[in-house]
Amino acid sequence: MRALFAMLTMLVAVLFAMSLLTGPAGFGLFDGLRALVLGGEGPMPIVMREIRLPRALLGLAVGAGLGLTGAAMQGYLRNPLAEPGLIGVSCMAALGAVLAIQTGLSLGSALALPFSALIGAAMGAALLVALAGPRGGSVTLILAGIAISALANAGTALVLNLSPNPYAANEIVFWLMGSLADRSMLHVGLALPPMALGAMLIQGTCRDLDALTLGESAAAAMGVSPATLRWRLVVGVALIVGPATAVAGVIGFVGLVVPHILRPWVGARPSALVPASALGGAALVLAADIAVRLILPGRDLKLGVLTAIVGAPLFLHLIWKTRSGGRM
Amino acid sequence: MGWLAALSLAVATPLAAAPQRVVSMNLCADQLAMLLAGDGQLISVSDLAQDPRISAMAETAAGYPVNHGRAEEIYLLRPDLVIAGQFTSGPAVQMLRRLGIRVEILPPAESIAAIRQEITRMGGLLGREEAAADLIAEFDRGLASLGRDRRRGRAALYYANGMTSGRNTLAGTILDAAGYENIAGDYGIAMTAGLPLELVVMAQPDRLITGAKWPGQSRSEAILDHPALKKLTPETAEVADRDWVCGTPFILRAIEALQ
Repeated sequence: MRALFAMLTMLVAVLFAMSLLTGPAGFGLFDGLRALVLGGEGPMPIVMREIRLPRALLGLAVGAGLGLTGAAMQGYLRNPLAEPGLIGVSCMAALGAVLAIQTGLSLGSALALPFSALIGAAMGAALLVALAGPRGGSVTLILAGIAISALANAGTALVLNLSPNPYAANEIVFWLMGSLADRSMLHVGLALPPMALGAMLIQGTCRDLDALTLGESAAAAMGVSPATLRWRLVVGVALIVGPATAVAGVIGFVGLVVPHILRPWVGARPSALVPASALGGAALVLAADIAVRLILPGRDLKLGVLTAIVGAPLFLHLIWKTRSGGRM
Repeated sequence: MGWLAALSLAVATPLAAAPQRVVSMNLCADQLAMLLAGDGQLISVSDLAQDPRISAMAETAAGYPVNHGRAEEIYLLRPDLVIAGQFTSGPAVQMLRRLGIRVEILPPAESIAAIRQEITRMGGLLGREEAAADLIAEFDRGLASLGRDRRRGRAALYYANGMTSGRNTLAGTILDAAGYENIAGDYGIAMTAGLPLELVVMAQPDRLITGAKWPGQSRSEAILDHPALKKLTPETAEVADRDWVCGTPFILRAIEALQ
């Protein structure tokens, strides 16, 4: 298992460096890194520090956050289909972010944007946990998720269509598919602190999630309080998914694919799967973000397009498996 | 081209008197028509002409009844000439033509030569050739007084969604007339196209000209507030969009503002 973590860390480090060195303004590895670290005159340090660094940092953080929340929600709901993008938590966060932007709240205070998205995500997660709960089957979970995402996406589209701004309606695509293009250090500063707090909260629930794998009564006998666990999880997920969605839009399937791939390697223990999924999620989003820049360099191809191409077949496979396994 | 079109039209309908009930359906045609039409000749302009954000003649247009480009309302105005833009709603134009109304299409003018042709063509359509000749003479005097010999450095045009305009566009023409070298040329962009933020920074323009902000918020426009752009050029000029939208003599104001 230590080897797995070492490998994932290496992979994330390499992809992070590649992300820093990928861009339309092609300059050499050495020049780029020197401009990043030492600064200096000319445009190169601006490109490295103000454009590429925030993009790479957000790719790392958003990916890690999505992988981590996916693994934690799957552990709590004991259902491999729980994924923030699919079950509506990200969509609710996007609705919160759109409301903050369109009402002008985010102009008054920069913090309003991540905070409003956070509230949206918390409402989505709480609603879902209340509807599907630890005992709910796949059908309840997916139906609840579809209902929440449909409502949230419709709300987002409605708000953007009502906007007096001629560009707003086109941005529905961004909120549904996600992108890291042209983000700045400002966004990094807004998103990272709450996400780190949320990651700490969720990491703290890992032991309880481990106990929960033995069943609810066994977990209760081991001193796990279901109410506290649920509350910490909802707050942790909201703290991560809210700010991540506010700056990068809804990037789906990351929280589904990554835990699924890593589960066999860590023996399905949430306490190992959650940190491993954080690393795996970071690697997946960084790789997808490098790919969108290489496939269509001139255009802003959305991240969610790539993650969905990877994720949707896996999702179908999971449905197929749960169906034949008779868990419905 | 415009000359030819006006000529052929004149040949085709030699006896037709100047139209008396003219409706314009396009923002740019609205402005040329208002500049050239005789008293009472122009009976309606498009609703966009009254929008001070994009119309250089919003105050004048406030005195005209507006149309919204719908075939029904325009037919009810009983026009004898309708002037539409190239991108005016196709079905509305076709329906008006089916109903036997004469519709003329005015393509957007993207260069100074095209603006002159457009004025001439509009003058021909309205039967106001003399007014058109006067307007062109005035436009030429304005151009001559601009002092176009001095080069002022490199400039970047940058709009929402990371778009830029090259030399074959109206904005590129304005930039060139004001004496700036357009960085879009560095990357072989002649029309309007996307340009990644990184490349704008790498081109190191002396001046950055961004699109005007619309009310409400949008993520597309947020790129114009990116810290990298702020670091690049402390001096920025916001595009006064209304003088940059249409190929009319009002581009002289945009050119002067840049100088």
